[in-house]
Amino acid sequence: MDATVAPTTPIVERCQALFEDLDFTAAREWKAAADGRKVIGYMPVYVPREIMHAAGMLPLGILGGGESMEVIHGDAYYQSYICRIPRSTIELAITKRLDFVDGMLFPSICDVIRNLSGMWKLMFPGVYVRYFDVPQNFADGIGGSYYVGELNELRKGLEALGGRPITDEALRQSIAVYNENRRLVRALYDYRTQQPWKAPASEVYVVLRAGMVLPVEEHNQLMQDYLAAAEASDRPMRDNCRIVMQGVFCEQPPLNLIKSIELAGCYIVDDDCMLVTRWLMDDVPTDGDPMETLASAFLHQSMETAAKYEPDGSRKGQFLVDTVRRRAAEGVIFAAPSFCDPALLDRPMLARALSDESIPYISFKYAENSGQMQPIREQAGTFADSIKLWSEP
Amino acid sequence: MSDPRTPDVVKEPSMLKQKAMIADNYERLTSAPEAGRKVASTYVPGNLNELIMCFDLLNNLPEINAINNGMRRKSGGMIMEAEKMGHSEDVCTYVKADIGMMAKGNIAPNGKPLPDPDVLLLSYTGCFTFMKWFELLREQYKCPTIMLHVPYEGDGETTDNMRDYVVKQLREEVIPTLEEVSGVKFDIDRLREYLAESARAEDNHVWVLESAKSKPSPIDAYFGGVYYIGPIFTAFRGTPDATEYYRLLRTEIEERMAAGKGPITPEGEMTEEKYRLVVEGPPNWTSFREFWKMFYEEGAVVVASTYTKVGGVYDFGFRHDPAKPLESLADYCLGCYTNRNLPWRVDMLQHYMDAYEADGLLVNSIKSCNSFSAGQLLMMREIERRTGKPAAFIETDLVDPRYFSQANVKNRLESYFQMIDQKRRGGSAPAAA
Repeated sequence: MDATVAPTTPIVERCQALFEDLDFTAAREWKAAADGRKVIGYMPVYVPREIMHAAGMLPLGILGGGESMEVIHGDAYYQSYICRIPRSTIELAITKRLDFVDGMLFPSICDVIRNLSGMWKLMFPGVYVRYFDVPQNFADGIGGSYYVGELNELRKGLEALGGRPITDEALRQSIAVYNENRRLVRALYDYRTQQPWKAPASEVYVVLRAGMVLPVEEHNQLMQDYLAAAEASDRPMRDNCRIVMQGVFCEQPPLNLIKSIELAGCYIVDDDCMLVTRWLMDDVPTDGDPMETLASAFLHQSMETAAKYEPDGSRKGQFLVDTVRRRAAEGVIFAAPSFCDPALLDRPMLARALSDESIPYISFKYAENSGQMQPIREQAGTFADSIKLWSEP
Repeated sequence: MSDPRTPDVVKEPSMLKQKAMIADNYERLTSAPEAGRKVASTYVPGNLNELIMCFDLLNNLPEINAINNGMRRKSGGMIMEAEKMGHSEDVCTYVKADIGMMAKGNIAPNGKPLPDPDVLLLSYTGCFTFMKWFELLREQYKCPTIMLHVPYEGDGETTDNMRDYVVKQLREEVIPTLEEVSGVKFDIDRLREYLAESARAEDNHVWVLESAKSKPSPIDAYFGGVYYIGPIFTAFRGTPDATEYYRLLRTEIEERMAAGKGPITPEGEMTEEKYRLVVEGPPNWTSFREFWKMFYEEGAVVVASTYTKVGGVYDFGFRHDPAKPLESLADYCLGCYTNRNLPWRVDMLQHYMDAYEADGLLVNSIKSCNSFSAGQLLMMREIERRTGKPAAFIETDLVDPRYFSQANVKNRLESYFQMIDQKRRGGSAPAAA
């Protein structure tokens, strides 16, 4: 191997290519490799990918069109004051980049994505469309039994689409495969916490993003390879501050935004992007009724985000504070998409929780196609300097 | 002495009745601490007024307070106050008006401070923002908060799973917590009585809305409609006062219909009905009168609107049912307009276009309200395609005066009315599906 090339480079280049490929060639090739294969698109924040996997289908994360796609048709469907992800997602579909997708799941995250589910029904009547609701009541006998019902509805829908039953055994096997995926994502995040100079956030991001389009087994291998390559790499530790990036759970920040924050002197040691990969924070049991175990994991072991109700007012923001502490972070960057109701409505409450703990933070907004990074770099740089210069040791 | 530039508003008995009801309710709310009454704050969509009354609680609705402040032109300052406190310029202005109102002393329209609520009843129906709003209020009031999660009708129908979920929450969490907060034991027969009273008012309410099928329409189902929905959407559903209000209103409208009269506007009766419109979306409240005037001056009357279904869709047959009290409350919550999926909403608009013989669809797109606004441009296209009638689009906001551009709205409306005239002259048929 060329000694001047970092060991992570080939993996990152592959992930970058997957990330930039708005035709989803990898997923198309997976579908074409065998007769009868189906692909199910899903939007942020969370869907139980195990059910699609158990149906023999490929779950495909659709996270908008990103910074490079020109939105022409999509803008005709949305007013100027609505965020960009639905318009670029519609653009993907109208330009036939999603013409191989057999179904779309729209999770419960906000009114815009919720209404997009109905728009999809009207615009693409041949596609299986489901608004995937999740409980905001976390009692087993109330929210749990409702959620099991919803999971079974999804299971029935996918069985009808696939033309074959989804067995409990297949579900248990899929849960095991996704447990492995979650373990590896946790390992990746833990590794970045420990040695952020060896696993830059811009690399971790595209490695995670590859999991949106690849079969889970392939993504598991890819993460193992990346972790090994990162450990083998020789990168200098810089005198950066350590921050948590918060608010990027739906519309994605441009990759340049992540790079700009890093270039400004911040190690991103945690974030809330692609929560589907680690929404369930621990292994899901592989015995028992698989729908019950998925439901129980959702109720009792899932992350906090703006789309989820916090029943205990005294704990509002505590998940973020705990993340800051666990990751030994020194501050938080609130980066919310413009017009993102969940992120922007949540932000004052999270900010208060941080203030109560004397954790510094800054806030700005972006769109997935934001191009001008200089102001963000300056703001993040000033934030990093202020932490380094004036924070108490 | 009245201002000669401002015409006297015509007041009918039903209007006076509603005005007194609202004033009495604010008086009860502001005197609650002295009277030993407890207060629940809750929302219009998914409003469980009958249940709240079972616990002798008073019902305070933050959205209605925001509307009141909008119409009295106080909301702008309140919104800016909330923005100064760190709330984004991008988010719902009802929320910011409410938070700004708190910061300015929570003064009710009667000039007295509203008491802090004893319980926040979060009926999460048809609007994601509600959940965040009550999390924000909870920080302020630090009182018990009850979440009633109402699932979204993604496939356009209520399933047994959804209904069971809502009923279980009512039975196992909402009712026990309300008992605890109020100290009043739940009596299901009391609930049944209130629900029966609701159904009586709902029958007349639907009759009133459907009177707009007549030509000329005796009502404006949007600008007038927001007054007609007042009692049934707020703190009065299930009360004899509401029943009496709708009886009075129906009688007045029957008389108007018999006389072939048009709607009453703030400047008197509309004499010529030139355009019959269906309107999608909430109104602007900060310039409500000016906005309405742009319609009636041109002879445009709204014959059906979706906003008047935001606190309950009654004109497709639903009534509160004392025989199935909790199931009926669940069905009510699940069926509110913004909890319906977009295909259902488009079908509803098409039905209104046909059944009310409308000339066109107007969308008032509200910057603050993605629950309504996201998807409206597609809805417009669908209605144009299905009916062959012209649709138009204006943008305003709920209670933020910065987003009401009078000249722009007026220009667009005038162009739209011209478009309808042209369509009439040219004729058109629905486009092929």
